[in-house]
Parts: sequence; structure tokens; C-alpha cells
Amino acid sequence: MKRTATASESFRELGLLVFIVIICVAVQLRNPAFLTLSNIGDLLTNTAILSILSVGMMMVILTRGIDLSVGATIALAGMVSALTVNSFRAISPLVSVLEGMAVGTVAGVLIGILIARFNVLPIIATLGFMNVLRGLTYVVSKGAWVSAYQMSDGFKGIATGGVAGISTPIIIAVVINLAFFYFINHMKTGRQIYAVGSNPEAADISGIPRRRIILLVYTIQGALAGLGGVIWVAKFASAQSDTAMGFELSVIAATVLGGVSIAGGSGKVSGLILGTILFGILNNALPLINVSPFWQQAIQGVVILAAVLVNVMVKRNSQRFALRRRAI
Amino acid sequence: MAERSIRVDKGWSWRSFFLQWEWLLVLIFIVVNIVNSTLSPYYLTADTFLSTPQTFLDQAFLVLPMTMVIILGMIDISVASTAALSAVIMAVSFHAGLPMPLAALLCLAVATVCGLINGILITRFKELSAVIVTLATMIIYRGIAYVILTDQASGDFPSWYAALGWGSVGGVPIILVAFAACAVIFGLLLHSTSFGRRVFAIGNNLTASRYSGVKTDAVIVTVFVLTGLMAGFTSLFLTSRMGSTRPNVAQGYELSVIAMVVLGGVSTAGGKGRIGGPLLAIFIIGFLNYGLGLVNIQAQSLLIIVGLLLILSVLVLNVRFRNRHQRSVPAAAKMVAGEGQPNEDRNP
Amino acid sequence: MRRVFRRGAMITAIAVVTLLVLAFAAGCAKPVSNTYAIVFKNTGNPYGDKQMSGFEAGIKEQGFQAILRAPDQPTAEGQIAIIEQLIAQHVAAICIVGNDKDALQPVLTKAKNAGIKVFSLDSGVNPASRLTHVNQADSAKIGSTLVEAAYDMAGGSGDIAILSATSQATNQNLWIDFMKKDLQDPKYANLHLVKIAYGDDLRDKSVSEAQGLLASYPKLKVIIAPTTVGIAAAGKVLTDKHLGGKVFLTGLGLPSEMATYIESGVCPYMFLWNPIDVGYLGSYVATALVKGTITGKVGDKFKAGRLGDYTITQAPDGGTEVLLGPPFKFDKTNIEDWKTVY
Repeated sequence: MKRTATASESFRELGLLVFIVIICVAVQLRNPAFLTLSNIGDLLTNTAILSILSVGMMMVILTRGIDLSVGATIALAGMVSALTVNSFRAISPLVSVLEGMAVGTVAGVLIGILIARFNVLPIIATLGFMNVLRGLTYVVSKGAWVSAYQMSDGFKGIATGGVAGISTPIIIAVVINLAFFYFINHMKTGRQIYAVGSNPEAADISGIPRRRIILLVYTIQGALAGLGGVIWVAKFASAQSDTAMGFELSVIAATVLGGVSIAGGSGKVSGLILGTILFGILNNALPLINVSPFWQQAIQGVVILAAVLVNVMVKRNSQRFALRRRAI
Repeated sequence: MAERSIRVDKGWSWRSFFLQWEWLLVLIFIVVNIVNSTLSPYYLTADTFLSTPQTFLDQAFLVLPMTMVIILGMIDISVASTAALSAVIMAVSFHAGLPMPLAALLCLAVATVCGLINGILITRFKELSAVIVTLATMIIYRGIAYVILTDQASGDFPSWYAALGWGSVGGVPIILVAFAACAVIFGLLLHSTSFGRRVFAIGNNLTASRYSGVKTDAVIVTVFVLTGLMAGFTSLFLTSRMGSTRPNVAQGYELSVIAMVVLGGVSTAGGKGRIGGPLLAIFIIGFLNYGLGLVNIQAQSLLIIVGLLLILSVLVLNVRFRNRHQRSVPAAAKMVAGEGQPNEDRNP
Repeated sequence: MRRVFRRGAMITAIAVVTLLVLAFAAGCAKPVSNTYAIVFKNTGNPYGDKQMSGFEAGIKEQGFQAILRAPDQPTAEGQIAIIEQLIAQHVAAICIVGNDKDALQPVLTKAKNAGIKVFSLDSGVNPASRLTHVNQADSAKIGSTLVEAAYDMAGGSGDIAILSATSQATNQNLWIDFMKKDLQDPKYANLHLVKIAYGDDLRDKSVSEAQGLLASYPKLKVIIAPTTVGIAAAGKVLTDKHLGGKVFLTGLGLPSEMATYIESGVCPYMFLWNPIDVGYLGSYVATALVKGTITGKVGDKFKAGRLGDYTITQAPDGGTEVLLGPPFKFDKTNIEDWKTVY
């Protein structure tokens, strides 16, 4: 059944788009180096990992959950694959990627079981796991780092390689976003995710396998985090136990910025992509316009708050508008 | 009682269950102490029990209002940033000439205002959940602290100020006395006043409370204001402990405070909990960290232990609670952000 | 009855699990003063691990026990808690690598009052908190060496930039101050310092800042990164953008991390010192303080095992310090040997 887009949704995305355009123009005026091919390439590559993870986070948030452990999963998956490459240089990059995804999947499954089967609240399960996974990363690596010279060129090429000038991470991110778009909008299980988040009780009663969907969602999230971990480590050519510390907040912020409602059950992929890009722009543009590093954090926070508030105002206005015209 | 008490058919057993969780915590506390003393001969000294709390009690001030916030069914992750900002403003104003006692009051005032802003944003924009509002303010408040103090530290406070965090009164640390007073006040507030009743009611069912005439907005704003005020206390004691402050102090406090509240048996689904649990949890985690540190356990292993402890305790809570959850699936699936009312309109 | 049984079983289970977990973490605490402790900035930092292992080796060599601790987050609060625990264990001396120059003063004063000898290493604490400070190399010398290197790589003139760690880092800020002073010398009149960027010792932030520098200052010739995380990040960025030979890199880096970039020429040469030796020197300072051989005053002399004799000198911040030696230069000729050492 095809979903009809309501006016409010289109407005929401439009608001974000306008925001992005305004910021781009402002930054470009301050520093013409912003809208160059090379800088945009950097921007997109840096945002690729964020994008991959926000896809997973969107699914989790759709089901009224949250995942604070993604940073730790990235660290563990990246560390494990880096350690393997260190010991077995000849390993193909594809195997490394699969290995990282496997680690992430295991973590995701465990978290999913805690939440789906044992009814542990998502914030608690993922908070606890965040600690456990970080500790494990340290234990597995015995505190050591894996550095560039210990990684094979093939492994490092996961992040630096590319096709026709577009780097591999961007391609991976695009593919995942497209796959996700299709899944969430045109496949039965994908639609059921919305239902579970929208009204879990009704979903249960209608025969939607709520627990299985929740388990699936966290598993996918874990796999994506594992993938992100391998790319991260390849990109920076370094694996350490404090990799991606605090990254989970960026992912959540980018997802929510994209209009995904924390209360579950609503959000669009287009919004997600815009939110992620806006976040990436903020991280990229602020150093370029010579904003004092001490202002960067405050500005980021204000932009997030403003974007979210604008979303709300737009939604309210469009609802009022819709009511007046009696559109459903 | 505000809890969904099925007194008619289960009655006594539910209340016994509540008592059980706190008794369990007491037992864990005793076990922790026994194990600590076995592991290290340095543990069982008067110094341990009197001066160690000084190390972890600054966070404890936040546990009290956070309990209320979680009972409301919401969450506040901006508390650490509020503490940092108020500390920075206090230091800067002291060095600008303000007498120290006034600077300390300013610290409390700033923190309270931060909490007020949170409360107003959450109640004015009901579409926004507490998670996203406090996420944004968390970043903004600390960002402002960085703008004010950049990379500098600010200290050199009058010597009497250090007594707050390091001093004792008749052998009992000042911070312990202050905390005990606040704990009593919050306990009474939560369990013996109509305000407390309203907090439980809102946590149970926001819409029903509103329609029953409870001024939900006022209650929510008050709770967040109290959270801000307590963050100010945290910042006062933390700054005294360190003798100076920077914009990056108190990092990670929000998550460890939430962990203590949850370990204390307060359900993140909202609507129930007692102040006793989190109080015990503070001391359990504090002494566990200290005791294990005395035998020089590595920080990472400690992380794993605390993480597992958290998950284990919630698992146990949930296994006990299984019936309740099945009876109210929407409540169980409610996100900690706590807006999720089952009847709320949701446009996909 | 079942309920009581269940409750009992649960309690026993938790007690058993707790005991098991803690049992395998056990260690009998040895009493008193043949224990020396070092507290680093955070765990998971190989530079810190090397320092601590050097310290441990030196302590063991002298027949004592060493305790190596670090908080999992690089915060002052974490170090305060650890120091409290060390005080309770009555260690003989504490060697602190500070996360904050001033915030540790109250707790270190408590340690001093308990009879423990306190000194700092690498990242210092303020003079009131310590008896002396072990510095890897003369801070002024580090600054001038790096400026000289930049001058050399830029061919005498051009734009240069600095990529530092966190904006609070004591050591980096000290070196940068000396660098700025040096740049005022007429010899460097044609070198322009265009920006100081802060990568916060985080990989991704250092990468974005490095990219930002390259994008904003297309005429940039040299990046100086006096931090191991920053220099490695800049090395990666320059390699990925194929700027080796056009933009040069120098600074303080770990040979293991920078080997690839030195061999490829992206970083012609860089400097550091042996963190193992720094820790080792610290261990002899610790025992000398406890024995009473030195008190931390200027002019005190002591012998530091295989490293030889050392004298305590005046430090720029008003306290005293011991210098390990001049910074060591890593380039293509010797990187092979050093990349596996640290």
C-alpha cells in the first residue's frame, strides 16, 4: 500500500533543505573554499560513516528504542578487524568487512534479546552494553593501538579507494540508504517497523511479530555499526580503545535532526539524509570559516535546537492548515 | 497510592516486592563491603567510610532530582553541562570582583535557570521529547562554558571554600551532611507531599493526569528547576574538590547518575520508584569503585563490572515484573524519553 | 514458599557472581612503603603505556613494587579518585601525569600531608602540588627545534600552521608559546603562522581540522603537529590527498604510527623522545625522593640507573624539573629501527 505524503511532511523536509541552503550560502560567502569538489568530497566521506549509522539508528528510534552503544560497537568491531589484519596481512578487505559486521551483529543480537525477550528498557540495555563493549575493546587489544603500518594497503583502501573519484565509503553509504529506503517503504517487514513504534499494543494484537521485529532492528543496527567500525578504522588508519567515544550522541542528534520522532513511529528517509548532511556540514564548515574552536560546540547545539524547533513550528502550522482545509 | 496497586487481589505482595528490591540492594551493599575488606587490608578504616564518600557524593546530589525526572517518565541528560556552566560562571564572576558567597549563589542561580529553560522548552513544545531538548541544551550549555572560559582554568578561591569538599564537621564530612539534608528533603517531597503524588501520577499517565486537573506543566517545570538547582550544588562541591574549574568538568556525570537511579529500582517506564533505592545505589557503586581501586583493578575492568551489574539488576527487576509488563505493553515499550503516551496522535 | 525460595536463590546467585567476578580480580595488597605508583592521563594510550612500563621496569630493577593506574576518561576527577585510593594504600611515592595543572592540587596536598612523595611527569601539575617535574626535553628547545624544522621544510619562507591537541594541554601550550616567541626572530621573518588548530587528540577531529587547514590556506607549506594523534592524522590526510612533496609535515610523533609517512616522504623528519626512558627516569626520581637523596630543589643530583647522572634544574613555571635530554630526530635513516620499539 503506497503511503501518501502529507503536507506536513513535505514542509518538514523543505524546512531542513532551506536551512541547509542558507548555511551553505553563508559559509561559501565567508570562505569560497567550501563549495569546491575536493571539500565536498571530504565532507561527504566524513559524513558517510554517520550516514550508515543513522540508518540503523532511525530503525531503532522508529520502534521507540534508542541505542547508546553504537560508539562502543564501532570501537570493538574496528579493533577486532584491525587486529586480524595485523596478524594476517594477506586477508582480503572484504573478509575484514564481514568480520567487523559479524562482531557488530553479535553485539546487536545480544542487545536485541535483552530488549525484546527480557523487556529491558533500551536505554538501560544499551547503556550497560556500552560499558561492557568498551571494556572488551580494551581487553581484546590489551590496551595497544593498531597503527597504519600494521594494516595492509588493501585494508586501508576500504576507506581511501573509490570509483570515478567517488570514495568507497560514500558509495557504501548511498547503497545502504537506497536499500533502506526500499526496505522501509516497500517491504512488509519495513512497514511493520513503523507499526511497532506507532502503537506496540495494536501491533501485537494485529499479529505483527513485535518481538522479532525489535530483535531484527537491533541486529541490523549492530551489523551497520560493525560496518561503520571497519570503515572508521580503515579511514583513520588507527584502531584504539577510545575510538568513536561519544559518537552515539552525534548519530542520535543527526537522526532526530532529520525529523525522526523520538516517540517512535514516524520519520522519513529523505529527512534522515538531510539531517545527516546538515550535521556533516556543521562539522566541516565551522573550521573553514575560522570560527573559534571554543564557539563550535555552542553553535552546533544552537543549530540543532533551532532545526528541531523549526520542525515543530512547521508541523504545527501545517496541521492547522490541514485542519482548516479538512485534509486527512 | 500512586502505584498501580492491585490491592484488591494482590495487595500485600506488591508492597513486599518493593521492599524486597531495597533489601536486595542492602544485601548487595553488605556483600560489596565484605568482599572489599577481604581483598584489601586498607579498606576497613574509619577514613574509608568518612572520607571516601567525599569523592563520589558530588554526583549524588544529582541522583535525587533525577529520580523524580525518571519517575515522571522523562530524562535529563543536560545536568553535567549545567554543572559545568554554573561552575565556570561562578569562577569568572569571582575573579571579576564578586565576593565568593555571592558567586556561589550566582552558581546556584545560573544552574536553576538552566533547569528552568529545560522545563519551559519541554512543556511549551510538547512535540519535543525530553531527550531531544536536553540533548540540545547539553551541547549548548557546555558550549557557552567553552565560549566564556575557552581553554583556561579558573581557580584560586578563598581557602574556606575548599572546606566544602574536603572539610568535616565533628568528624563527619560537610558534603555528607549537606547531602543527607537534601536526601531527606527530596524523600519527603516525593513520598509525603501532594506534589510528589502528582509526580507519580504524571509518570503513570500524563493525559489522564492532565484531564484530572493536575497542572502537569507546572509540575514538570518544577521538577526540572529542582534538577537545575541540584546541578548547582554538584558544581559547588565539585569545584571545591578540585580547587579550580574548567569548561570540561563533570563529563559523563549524566550517564552515571542515570545508572545509579536505575540500579536503585526506579523504572524508566515512569510512575514508580522510591528514593531509598537510588540512595543505596550511590553508596554501592561508590564503595565498589573505591574497594576495587584499592587493589588496583584497571579502569576498563571496572567499566565492564558496572555495566554488567546494571544489566543484571534490571533483568532481575524485569523478571519479577513480567506480569506487570504483559498487562501494560504500551507502558513497557515506552521510551525513556517518556512522551510516548499510547493514545497520542502520531502522524506517520 | 516458592517466592521465598526464589528470593533466596536470586540473592545467592548475585552474591556468588559478585564474589567470582571480584575473586578473579584479586591481589593481596602488600603493606606499605616499597610500593611506587604512577598515574597516567587515561587508559588505552600506547604512549602512556610505554611510559608506565618504563617506570615499572625501573622500579622493579631497584627491588620494589610498582602500581600502574589510569582513569578510563582523561579527566581530573578520575585521577583524583585514583590518588585517593593510592593514599589509602600508603604508597611511598606518586608519579602523576596530570590531566589538569591545578585541579589535582587539593588531593596531591592531601597525599603530601600523608607522607607520600609527589612529583609529576610529562604533563605537569602546578609547582605547589609537586616536589619536582620530569620533563622529556627542554620546552624551549622543543619549540625551537620544531620551528627550525618548519623553516627548513618550507625552504625559508611560506605559510605554516600548527595542529595541536586539546586547548588545555599544558605541554602543547607551553611548546606553542615558545614557538611563537621564536617566530619573532628576524631569521624567520618570511615564515607566517596562519593558524593554530585544535584536534583535541581525537582522530576524527584532527582529520577535519587538518582538512580545514588545507582547504582554507591553499598556500600552506608546512604543518607542525606537536601531538602524536595530530601528526598521524595529518599524515593520513596529506597521503590521501596526494600532497606529499607539496605540503610537509613535522612535529612530535610515535615512530610506529608515523613509519609509513616518513618512508613515503610526507613527513621528512619528526621528533620525539623515548617514553620508556621518561618513565624509567621517573622511577629513579621516585626512589631518590623517598630515600632522601634529593628533595626536589635546584641543584640536587642523583643517578638514574642506565641513563646516568641527572641534576635538577629550574623550570619555566617557577618549580623545578629534571630533563631527560634533547629531542630525538626520526627520519628515513632510522625509522626502520624504531618503528617496532614504540
